[in-house]
This record gives sequence, structure tokens and C-alpha cells, in this order.
Amino acid sequence: MKIKKTMGDHAFNAITYIVMTFVLVVTLYPFWYVVVGSVSSMAHLIKNGFVLWPDGLHLDAYEQVFRNDLVPVAYRNTLIVTLGGTALSMLLTILGGFVLSLKKLPGRVFFTFFFVFTMMFGGGLVPTFLVVSRLGMIDTLFALIVPGAISTYNMILMRNFFESVPESLYEAASIDGETLPGYVFHILLPLSGAAIATITLFYAVGYWNDYFSSIIYIRNNRLWPMQTVLRQVLQTAQMNNMMYDDAKKGVAPETLKDAMIVVTMIPILCVYPFVQKHFVKGVMIGSIKG
Amino acid sequence: MVAQRKLPSRESLSYRFRQYWPAYILLLPVVAWYIIFCYAPMGGLVIAFKKYSVLAGIGASPWIGLKNFEKLFTSQAFYQAIKNTLILSGLNFVFGFPLPIIFAILLNEMPGVKYKKVVQTVSYLPHFISWSVAGGLVYMLLSPSTGAIAAVVRAMGGTPQNYIGISRYFRPIVVVSDIWKSIGWSAIIYIAAITSVDEELYEAATIDGAGRFARIWHITLPGIRGIISIQLILTVSKILNVSFNQIFVLISDLTLDVGETIDYYVYRVGLGSTNNMSLATASGMFKSVIGLVLIVVTNYISHKLTDGEGIW
Repeated sequence: MKIKKTMGDHAFNAITYIVMTFVLVVTLYPFWYVVVGSVSSMAHLIKNGFVLWPDGLHLDAYEQVFRNDLVPVAYRNTLIVTLGGTALSMLLTILGGFVLSLKKLPGRVFFTFFFVFTMMFGGGLVPTFLVVSRLGMIDTLFALIVPGAISTYNMILMRNFFESVPESLYEAASIDGETLPGYVFHILLPLSGAAIATITLFYAVGYWNDYFSSIIYIRNNRLWPMQTVLRQVLQTAQMNNMMYDDAKKGVAPETLKDAMIVVTMIPILCVYPFVQKHFVKGVMIGSIKG
Repeated sequence: MVAQRKLPSRESLSYRFRQYWPAYILLLPVVAWYIIFCYAPMGGLVIAFKKYSVLAGIGASPWIGLKNFEKLFTSQAFYQAIKNTLILSGLNFVFGFPLPIIFAILLNEMPGVKYKKVVQTVSYLPHFISWSVAGGLVYMLLSPSTGAIAAVVRAMGGTPQNYIGISRYFRPIVVVSDIWKSIGWSAIIYIAAITSVDEELYEAATIDGAGRFARIWHITLPGIRGIISIQLILTVSKILNVSFNQIFVLISDLTLDVGETIDYYVYRVGLGSTNNMSLATASGMFKSVIGLVLIVVTNYISHKLTDGEGIW
């Protein structure tokens, strides 16, 4: 049955289009703004301010960003932390999620509580700092990986997924002589591709974006990840003097900051279209059973 | 080939231990991690009751009872931090809570499947960037020399200021940037809830002559009421959590008076120039304990409201 649209309907539709387009523009403009800013001349930016288009393709700012090796080194640090951290996180999360999913495991309720309690209460910043410091991790990349290696939320997500795999599968496998680790690697993991992809991405983006840990645990700026370098650049009004003694005349600090932001956010923007679906899926699994 | 064994009672504890013992070995590294990085720091909370000195270490530092807490509660800065946290949280709640719901509803009402998909996908993009990048965007848009806001102010004959460094503007900046970053992501859960509302209800209402607003009011909103109340309770339980990452990237000495939250206070006092680790631990502990109470209470309430469907 076709329902005739009224005038009010049309007006309402028009409003939804306008509001949604507004959301779209407001969301995207800041990104576009720094991209344009990074390749524009300072004069263009000051004169026009609310720029929509660059006045050419000035790459001086990018040249400046890569002039010394602070940025490449920071990139390397970020890559090491992201790859190494994600690997460690996934290992621990799969182990924990798997064991908690064994419904008949003696002590399952205790362990679940032991882990989940830490989501509600913790020692906080300073005591955690003291532990990390005691372990000799200060000023090492380990400090950016190990203290945050497990997200209890992700582990519970993983558990929920594993729980949907029938446990009779393990009983059958163990009767066939498969060991527990063998069962995990040969049977369970191949069945869990989607959940593993989702949680891997959660961790990877988390490590890539983390700058809190390095603010707290890293003093040596050769070990800073990209996000921390960016934050430092933003907070330093005279970054030209601070970091780039040999700053070429004519590259304004503002365009330099723009270029810095672009260099930091580009990888995420590039992978975003391909990974966002998995993230949404993760939210869904999480919301069904928390 | 497999011999048919008569298994002992499969539910007995000893049988289960024998069947599952390798699981404990697999769990060992996980438990070790939790002990080292979660429970050891909880033990470290004792320094809130000590006069901690790095040289002496935790054990040898002298006990001073509740002195740190006394100092805390007579400290002007700590009161200001609590106040700032509550104000920022309150503002985030008033503006940040309803907007994702409105966004989800309007998105659902919009005809045009493709455009809808584009808007939704773009809307959660800001969730994926770090606060240092998001903070960077804020800095650039608000830059007094090249910023977009400065351009508008100049066009209207005003003189642009360094907005990020002015106390008066700090809270609006925090709230708006938080909404910008989170609205799309927070809306996902509502969008999903709306899609599960029975389509027939809408058709029936339309036949009965209900307009768009009437359908939203009488069908969509009641349909997602459950998820709204759960989100509401979750938000209340996090009232003391204002994103540290966000504050950290936006704040400066100029805006400390309105922008310093409890978390930032802990950081500044504990690891910053003041370097009073005991006092910082005491304030962190104060926050954690209240946070725990809030979670327990709100979960109790949500159990009551939803007949046994709590947050956990």
C-alpha cells in the first residue's frame, strides 16, 4: 500500500537533509581545513582565514617537518608500539577470553570477577607509575605496551564470542587427543576470524592513538611516538625555535602545525574506510552482552 | 578406534579439574598481568596514608594516617578541581547526552539510503583519531592568526583573540569538541535500537493519520527507551570522568582555573613539578572510591529498573 506523502512530510524530509548535511560538513571541515592549511601560504591563510581551497601546493611545511629525524623516529616508535603491542594484547586477550569462556572451568566466576573488578577500581596514576618504574620500564618502549596490554572490556568481548562456540567441540576434540592449546589454535581461532579482526583493530587503533602513556613514562624524546610529538608541537608556541633551529624563513609555525597534524592523522584516515565496519560490529557484540 | 570409556561423573569437581587443568596454565600470564599492573597498584594505594619518599621506598616511608586527606580537603586547588570536573561533566551531559539520540532519530527519518550511509560512516570518523590530533584541529580552527573563527570575527569587524588560552572560552571548547568527536559513535547504539523497532507499528500509525512527529514521539522514542535509560545510568556512573586526554591537550596554565579536573590535578601534583606522590595518590583514591560507589549504586538501580538486566 502506497502512502501519499503530505506537504509536512516533504518539509520534514528537507529538514533532515539540511541537518544531516550540516553534520557532514561540520565533521569533515576541520580535517579539510588543516590539509588546505598545510599546503597554503601563510599570507593566503591570514587573508582568507575560512579557507576552502589552497592557493597552490606549497610543500615547504612538509619539507620542514621531515628536515630533522624527530618525525621519522617518532613514526618508527609508533609502528613498533602498535605492532608489538597489538600482538601482545591479542595473545593475552585470546588466552583470557578463551579460558573464561569454558563454562565448566572450576573458578570461572572468581577469575571473571578478579578481572572485571579492575574496570571499576584501580590504584590510579601514581601507584601504577611506581610499579612501572620499579620494573625498570621508564624510558623504554615497553612502558608504552605492557602496562596497558589488556583491555578487560575487549577480553570480555572475546569471551562472549568464544562462548557462542559450542563447548562440546572441545570435549570431542579432547577425546580425539587434541590438547587444550591445540584446540585453541586448530579449531577455535579459525572459527573466530571476525571477532579477532574486530578486537585486533580495537587494540591497534588504541596503540596508534595513545599518547597518555608516553607523557607519563617517557622523558627521552627519541622514544616519543607520533602523537606525543604532535602534542608537544601544538603546545609550544615557538616551535620553530624549540625544534627547528634551522627553520627556513617563510615557513610559518601555523602551516607547520597543520602539516604535523596531517602527517599524524593520515594513516588513520587511510585505513578508516576499510576498518570502520569491524568497529561497529564490536560495539554491537559489546552491547548485547556486557 | 576410540575406546568407549565409561566416564566418571562429568560434573564432579575433580573430573573438571582433570579435564581443564591446562586452562590454568594458559590463564597464568593473564593473571600475572592483572596482579602486576592492576592489583599491585591497588596495594600501592597505601602511600596515600604515608609520607612517601622515593629514596625510602613504599615500605620504609613513615605512616602519617589521614594527613594527606586533611591536606587535600583543605586545599583550594582540589576543591576547584572537583568543581571543574562536575561542571564539565554536567555540561557534557546536558549537551552531549541528547544530541546523539536526536542525531540517530533524524538520520533514521531521512529518506535516501545511500546518503544516510555516507553521513553515518563519516559521523564516527572523529572517534578514530586521537585527542592529540583532535586537539590539533581545535588549535588550528581557533588560531588567532590563521583560524577559521578568527576570520569570521575579523569579517565582522572584531579583533581575534587567543581563544584557547582564555578561561571564559575553555569550557565551551571542551564541550563542543567532545560532541564533535563522539556524537556519531555514541549514536550507533541508538541507530541499532531504532532499526529493531517493528516496522509495522509505523505503517499502522501512518494509516491512522499520525504525522512524523507523532510517530517519533509515540513509536521511536518508546522503542528505544530501554537503551536510553541504560546509557543514562552509565553516564551518571561516570560523572567524575572527564577525558584526561582531552583536557591534557587543550589545557594550559592560562586555563588551569576552569579546566583542571581531578585527573589533571592528580597528574600535576603527582608527576608534575609539585611531585607530591602521596597527596596525588590520596586524591586519586578519593576519586576511585567515589567512582566505585557510583558504579555499584547505579548498577543496583538499573537492576531495579530493568528487572535484572544490569550493566554487568
